[in-house]
Amino acid sequence: MDFLTILQVSDSSIRLAVPLLLACLAGLFSERAGIFDIGLEGKMLFAAFFSAAIAYVTGSAWLGLLAGIAGSMLLSALHGVASITFRGNQLISGVAINFLAAGLTVLMAQAWFGQGGRTPQLSGDARFTEITLPFAEALRDVPVIGPIYYELISGHTALVYVAMLCVPLTWWVLYRTRFGLRLRAVGENPAAVDTAGISVIGLRFAAVAIAGILCGIAGAYLATALQANFVKDMSAGRGFIALAALIFAKWKPWPALYATLLFGFLGAVAIRYQNIQIGNFTIPVQFMEALPYILTVVILAGFVGKAIPPRAGGEPYVKER
Amino acid sequence: MDKMPAWADAVLVPLISLILAGVLSALVILAIGESPVEAVNYMVKGAFGSTNGWGYTLYYATNFMFTGLAVAVAFHARMFNIGGEGQAMLGGLGVALVCLYIPWPHWSLALIGSITGAAIFGALWAAIPAYLQARRGSHIVITTIMFNFIAFSVLNYVLVNVLKPAGAMDPATAKFPEATHLPTLHDMLAPLGIAFSKSSPANVTLFVALAACVGVYYLIWRTKLGYEIRAYGFSESGAVYAGISPFKIIMVVMLLSGALAGGMAVNNVMGEAERLVMNSVEGAGFIGIAVALMGRSHPFGVFLAAILFGFLYQGGAEMAFWTKIPRELVVVIQALVILFTGALDNMVRMPLEKMFLAMRKKGDA
Repeated sequence: MDFLTILQVSDSSIRLAVPLLLACLAGLFSERAGIFDIGLEGKMLFAAFFSAAIAYVTGSAWLGLLAGIAGSMLLSALHGVASITFRGNQLISGVAINFLAAGLTVLMAQAWFGQGGRTPQLSGDARFTEITLPFAEALRDVPVIGPIYYELISGHTALVYVAMLCVPLTWWVLYRTRFGLRLRAVGENPAAVDTAGISVIGLRFAAVAIAGILCGIAGAYLATALQANFVKDMSAGRGFIALAALIFAKWKPWPALYATLLFGFLGAVAIRYQNIQIGNFTIPVQFMEALPYILTVVILAGFVGKAIPPRAGGEPYVKER
Repeated sequence: MDKMPAWADAVLVPLISLILAGVLSALVILAIGESPVEAVNYMVKGAFGSTNGWGYTLYYATNFMFTGLAVAVAFHARMFNIGGEGQAMLGGLGVALVCLYIPWPHWSLALIGSITGAAIFGALWAAIPAYLQARRGSHIVITTIMFNFIAFSVLNYVLVNVLKPAGAMDPATAKFPEATHLPTLHDMLAPLGIAFSKSSPANVTLFVALAACVGVYYLIWRTKLGYEIRAYGFSESGAVYAGISPFKIIMVVMLLSGALAGGMAVNNVMGEAERLVMNSVEGAGFIGIAVALMGRSHPFGVFLAAILFGFLYQGGAEMAFWTKIPRELVVVIQALVILFTGALDNMVRMPLEKMFLAMRKKGDA
């Protein structure tokens, strides 16, 4: 494997990791506040549809992004009402949201565009275009650093840089702000937060809303940056891989970046190489595809460093009577 | 203490949820510019208007009875088995191995063999998440989701690299031998003088599913083990105090749940396709969640809900054929049913409880 191949695989790892990263951070905010969210998949899909549809109609990728975020937040609100207001089962609510998104997106796409449940191809400003960072062309011929800068760091869409910035931002919000401290507390011991006179319900709704925004960006990235239209079920299980990455990262922002990059890398390798030969032994491509899930189960089982979820996760909060 | 009479809890709450889901679905149809009345007409005609429609409705219902029971059994121990999809996939593998590699003399023996194969493979696929939950405390919902994806990869690998006949293009096994072909409802009803559609896939597995409903009822409410399962689901600490082993309950319930989900493969792999293809489960594992919620985890409720979803699936296909409404409407209805009967249960329940309380107060006064 030569240097350029390594760079290309790394580059496509980043492209594949970005939606995982955004969804993973979405899950992180939600679950750190004690709300399980297996509806990441559905929210991403919903956002992908709305961003592609609005970007096509208005011709602006940024308006598409806003529409995607709005769509995703709509489902977040539903999740909030079901699991916070009515204290329903958060997992079941997530399952329902996934199906709702899977069904409604095709229904709406068919009703609006009549192209068999997809949106028309986006072109020009309706899509996020790749940004060439300053000096990328000039530095291209510098050995080692030049190609790294040109191939790997430069030449991504704006949303990739947004996603990368979200990692330190999430870290800062969670660990350096009052809101973050309260958010983490509400996921561990909501009664203590309530006793301090802070609204558990308000905090949890805020967390779910942030999850909606991040899933919205993830979905818009899928439909208007990675690909150029919405197609049925285009989130293709990414919400669940993000969930796996979240466990892998033990609900922490920086590890979330590494975990999603790893899973993105596994995806990139599976796409590029199919079956991998090591000596006489062949690693089938199906094993590479299943690896994120297998790794997550191993981590969950606690054989390699135990993953302990937020303590109040999944429990609706009932005020003492 | 009971705020509501039992009948209201068992009948009124699911009914209102269903009506809410129906009204919202009708609004969705209106929003995309079609007529809900016309849609319902096509659905009813398509699902119940002919013996062919009935055959498909019952065929789908059979699948959903298995996956619905699987989720329901786990619910009784307060376990959420979301892995029915993967367990049914592996069950299919069990059926395929049994049918392909054992020379069966007669379909009845093959049926018993493949039920066993499906149940064992499904149960084993559920056993790992169960063990991890029971011994290591890994959340069963997450592990079973992960196992759905792993099952897909396993099946993909086995079909492409092992079971695909030489020279074949699509990832599927060879056709099962003639002796393993199950009698369809057409074959079974013909001697009775009833002309049932020949082309519909409903087969003898329907009766296996009905037997499974009865069996689950008997197990949960008429045996010591069933009592232990319910006690554990009601209160883990109470159950432990009564000498019930959580490890045993989790393992038994999940093995049973996996076996039931796997059992679905007898219907779709052996009864319908007569070979194992890649996406034979087609989401039935997830529909099991809706069916179990709708049926209030009771086998009779599961039976009714499975028929309802069988109707939605067959009727939805017909509706998509005759109108401009895509088949995905069924997925929306399914989502709404899960939402109202599962997640928004309290929204339906709270006003009802208030109403019954008010009525009781009036009665006392």
